[in-house]
Amino acid sequence: MTSKGHVVVAMSGGVDSSVAAALLQRQGYQVSGMMLRLWSEPGREMSNRCCTPEAMGIARRVAGQIGIPFYAVNAQDTFRDTVVEYFLDGYAQGGTPNPCLACNRHIRWEFLLNRALALGADFMATGHYVRLVREENQPVRLYEAVDQHKDQSYVLHVLEQAQLQHALFPLGDLTKDEVRAIAAELDLPAAQSKESQDLCFLAGQDYRDFLDRYSPQAGSPGPILDRTGRQMGQHDGLAHYTIGQRKGLGIAAPEPLYVLEKDIARNALIIGTRAELGRDTLVTGPVIWQSCQAPSAPFAAQVKIRYSARKAAATVTPLPDGSSEVAFDEPQRDITPGQAAVFYNLEGEVLGGGLIQGEAAPAPAARESLIQIAV
Amino acid sequence: MNTQRSIYLDYAATAPLLPEAREAMQPFLEAEFGNPSSVHGHGQRAEAALESARETMARHLNASPREVVFTSGATESDNLALRGAAWAAYRQSGARHILTTPVEHDAVSQTAEQLAALHDFELEYLPVDEYGRVAPADLAARLRPDTALVSVIYANNEIGTLNPIAELAAICRERGLTFHTDAVQAGAHLALDMQTLGVDLLTLGAHKFGGPKGVGILYVREGVEIIATQTGGGHEGGQRAGTPNVAYIVGMAKAFDITQAEIHQSINRLSDWRDKIIERVLDSIPDAKLTGHPRERLANHASFVFKGVDGNALLMLLDAAGFACSSGSACKTGDPEPSEVLNALGFSHEWGLGSLRVTLGQQTTSDEIDAFLNTLPDLVDRCRALEVA
Repeated sequence: MTSKGHVVVAMSGGVDSSVAAALLQRQGYQVSGMMLRLWSEPGREMSNRCCTPEAMGIARRVAGQIGIPFYAVNAQDTFRDTVVEYFLDGYAQGGTPNPCLACNRHIRWEFLLNRALALGADFMATGHYVRLVREENQPVRLYEAVDQHKDQSYVLHVLEQAQLQHALFPLGDLTKDEVRAIAAELDLPAAQSKESQDLCFLAGQDYRDFLDRYSPQAGSPGPILDRTGRQMGQHDGLAHYTIGQRKGLGIAAPEPLYVLEKDIARNALIIGTRAELGRDTLVTGPVIWQSCQAPSAPFAAQVKIRYSARKAAATVTPLPDGSSEVAFDEPQRDITPGQAAVFYNLEGEVLGGGLIQGEAAPAPAARESLIQIAV
Repeated sequence: MNTQRSIYLDYAATAPLLPEAREAMQPFLEAEFGNPSSVHGHGQRAEAALESARETMARHLNASPREVVFTSGATESDNLALRGAAWAAYRQSGARHILTTPVEHDAVSQTAEQLAALHDFELEYLPVDEYGRVAPADLAARLRPDTALVSVIYANNEIGTLNPIAELAAICRERGLTFHTDAVQAGAHLALDMQTLGVDLLTLGAHKFGGPKGVGILYVREGVEIIATQTGGGHEGGQRAGTPNVAYIVGMAKAFDITQAEIHQSINRLSDWRDKIIERVLDSIPDAKLTGHPRERLANHASFVFKGVDGNALLMLLDAAGFACSSGSACKTGDPEPSEVLNALGFSHEWGLGSLRVTLGQQTTSDEIDAFLNTLPDLVDRCRALEVA
């Protein structure tokens, strides 16, 4: 077989990974498909949104149609021990964890990649919308997708150089419409995909109910305080709130009040006005630098603090312990511990990123006009 | 199409259709389409083929044709045996006690569990030894006057162990109790004589011995009462309603005829290769154990566990390397749990997840086995590296 190499495609039954597999085959790679079986609660094992029996059936049909081997790979135990634990720990520590980051890091790009390599593959591919640039004797570089609406570089900042070396992302140069057109042209079956934002392992349940069962301490009531320490009310568990949340606080006040932070030591929810939401610094935990090497000096970057947030101009200072400090040019709303801060240059290249630990210092108050722009 | 060729070492899952069986079926998929219950010539010819197939099956079982009930396969046969015999015993004497083993195929164990859950039968499991064998004394000690049915697997699909069916059946017979055995894996690899075996009910499925999928038999000893679980027209002596699948039944009989006629040569050839596989695997791979009995096992069946190996990953690597094997249980969907059978034999999680079943058949060659034995150790190593990664 004349081949550009053997690639394992992580399939999901969705149109993106199906088209990714078909494109790679068309490009001359030897292609195999693997699909992860992920964890869901006992009694709901078949309901994990990423791997329902229906989705598994579609992925098998696609594999059969394009003529590639297909393997279901069980990752339930590993998923529970890494991703679900990460989710529960994150809430227990007062954060708002993003389990998709942990899943990409530990399940797709570690557990599954290792299986692909053991199978003899040179590469692993997914249907993510990001671009890679490969140049000889250079580290592989990770860029935003051409389709800005579908760009998934935020979650893939967890890929280190060793993983990028083995990665292929055939959809990064395409728009979602183009991908749908290819699927239609090839007559590929695809799930009636609701583009759900729910976490896959919740299987349609509210995350609060899940936390109440698995992490009851996250649901223990405590005080709602303002910045001055004045008690404003009672909350029913810190995990039930998100930074920036306005609704559902149950407090009557002359101006709208927002969740500013969670004080885990006092089990207190700190609230304040819209003006108080803005912060212009944050600190991260350990940063993954795509090039392997932390820059030696502070640098200007575009920083994204949530999957759906716009990038904002900032100065990033790498710290000796591997973490970093980010100073935004303008205050940002809803800086949320547990989410990632991802650093880009002006060309849309992902330089690095790390989990937000907290705010380095309070922002000066009353910069209302600027805050509105950031919203 | 995924046209990847591979060496097939999974005959316990299914065997290829014998060309002779395919040929025998052909007329009944074309010109001879008649319903065997019809009065006219079409029906008469279909019925003649049906009854001839019944005679062939009976002859190789040393049974009477009246004792052969055609079904849609071994799962249906097991369902009919358990439900049919349990209901009959209950109607006759109020008996509610069912004795079976923890190493049955799901077709038996799930049916027994449903009888317990929905029909108030009392389900008791016989103990098995480390090889999955039932001791006759253990059976004798647990039989009760209200025992409705005993069901013990003949040859275990996962670990290959043979049970002392003749001795177990004799114990039941002395007391007038009904004894069933699931002999699905035995059909291709043991001579089956109902007179010396002495069972009341015996299950076979055609596709394990080169017949088509979707057809099987339940042997029902004359005088043993079962209540039909599929009701309708009075087919199969009132024991199993539904128009018989003539073509498949003809194909099954042809395959059984060929298989049983050559059974002794086949046992000799395959058991030599089996022993070679067992010896070489245990020699060349550290932390490997044979599962099932070292001698009292199917001639075509070698099964192992490897410590610290994900059995599904091993199957995937084997497939990619061109070898079709199984982990011994239905793992296609990546079920993470060790099998019930390996649990029952006391294997820990660390060992039980790393199971591999290698089963041979009529088309297996010595070269294929050498190729397999030369490849396996490296793949087991690669799987072990995954677990520590």
